[in-house]
Amino acid sequence: MQTANPSQASPNARKTSIDQWWLLVFAVIALIVILVIAQPNPYQRILIFVQDGVWVTLRTTMISFVLVLILGLVVALARLSKLWLLRGIFTIYVEIIRGIPVLVQLLFWYFAFPPIIQNLGTSLNSPALINYKADPNFMAILGLTICYAAYMSEVYRAGIQSIPKGQMEAARSLGMTYFQAMRYVILPQAIRVILPPVGNEFITLLKDTSLISVVAVSDLTRRGREFMASNFIPIQPWIMVSLLYLVMTLISARVVHYIEQKTKIER
Amino acid sequence: MTSEPIIHIENVHKRFGNVHALRGVNLDVYKGEVIVIIGPSGSGKSTLLRCINRLEEFDEGRIVVDGIPLDTAANINAVRTEVGMVFQQFNLFPHLTVLENILLAQRIVRKRSKEEATRIALDLLHKVGIPDKAHNYPIQLSGGQQQRVAIARALAMNPKIMLFDEPTSALDPEMIQEVLDVMLALAREGMTMVVVSHEMGFARAAAHRAILMDDGQIVEEAPPDVLFSNPKQERTKAFLSKVLH
Ligand SMILES: Nc1ncnc2c1ncn2[C@@H]1O[C@H](COP(=O)(O)OP(=O)(O)OP(=O)(O)O)[C@@H](O)[C@H]1O
Ligand SMILES: [Mg+2]
Repeated sequence: MQTANPSQASPNARKTSIDQWWLLVFAVIALIVILVIAQPNPYQRILIFVQDGVWVTLRTTMISFVLVLILGLVVALARLSKLWLLRGIFTIYVEIIRGIPVLVQLLFWYFAFPPIIQNLGTSLNSPALINYKADPNFMAILGLTICYAAYMSEVYRAGIQSIPKGQMEAARSLGMTYFQAMRYVILPQAIRVILPPVGNEFITLLKDTSLISVVAVSDLTRRGREFMASNFIPIQPWIMVSLLYLVMTLISARVVHYIEQKTKIER
Repeated sequence: MTSEPIIHIENVHKRFGNVHALRGVNLDVYKGEVIVIIGPSGSGKSTLLRCINRLEEFDEGRIVVDGIPLDTAANINAVRTEVGMVFQQFNLFPHLTVLENILLAQRIVRKRSKEEATRIALDLLHKVGIPDKAHNYPIQLSGGQQQRVAIARALAMNPKIMLFDEPTSALDPEMIQEVLDVMLALAREGMTMVVVSHEMGFARAAAHRAILMDDGQIVEEAPPDVLFSNPKQERTKAFLSKVLH
């Protein structure tokens, strides 16, 4: 059944493989530095111009991801519930979300959702609702969270279902409640299974935040566009923006890999 | 064996889709009794055992454990803390050490202090004969050792009843006896036990009653010596001739 033996893989082999991939990260960072130093115009100007966009991208990713981790678990547990109504509602939610492109969902939340609320306000005669205005950052995080929670719930669900049924039964037969069994027995084991796909979701989410540039959020992608538009240079902004995304995704991949190795060793 | 039975099973039916796994089972188990259940594969032995602590819901009938009827969720948890269960596949928690396996439910269900729970766990490990494995992970133990840890883990909750579902069938032959010895000792101490097992030696040594199940029903029950050597029902004879060769 289980074959993982902590002492099997030599730590040295693992360490060198980590180092090699970090080299790639450093190579990309070095390339950015070289470009900025060798050709400050336009690369340094671009970097300075888009740096607040990097921050917005990171902030949006982090906040959305934390919410996705929580909401995804709730959805997964609801879908595994014995109550058919709960299960049904959340199954429909996941199926709907998975059938609509992320970009369309973001457009919906930003453009369609506020007037729906305002119209509702008109018919309910509620000034608070009539004057409702969408905050782009908020709507972007909302849209990404609702979308990615559906994806994440599938990751959780697969992980939870990969744990043999006997584990839950043993826990319950010792008198634990369902949630105690989940928390102390099932999830700690499922974490190891779901860590790689969760890491992938994070990286995909990070890249997909570029879509929020179309709903008035000044993320890295939008800032790149703005620089291109105001300076009439089409090539260099996208080189710089690409390199900045690459640094973020490569570092994320390394961190995910590191956590994965660590949980393996601890076992 | 006076007064109320500690387990009262009355006309219990269980269906899985169109499989009628239990068809009207009646059984009373008294305090301190050891019952061994035998029967062909698919006859409903596991299902009956699992109904006693409601790992399986039944469709009809009534089960009362230690005076607690199995109906509301609160009752089910109350019953589960009174009833320990040992599984064929051990079902130890692989991410926890042996000691942590035995501590977990004591801490979060019984709310014992760490010191008290640890003391109880170490005592029990001593009792099942593996005091030196407390800090190992289950995967580092032999099957027989894992099953003894599973027994210790169940006993740590101070159950009044212990259920065993084929506790030795997943074990290599040379490890069967060490587990049976622990069970025998438990029986001698007066634990109420319901054991699904085809270990005739254990049944003869420990059981007050042996029960043959077939096709979701109790076909025959008698003291083990009588049931094994002098069965009345044809179905019992047929089954025993297969098991005993
Ligand atoms: N979860 C389930 N879903 C569907 N059918 C089930 C389920 N559990 C048991 N059954 C069926 O119920 C019947 C009784 O099964 P049970 O496991 O109680 O038999 P058993 O006597 O324990 O057999 P074995 O000796 O093989 O363990 C069988 O026909 C089995 O296929
Ligand atoms: Mg069985």
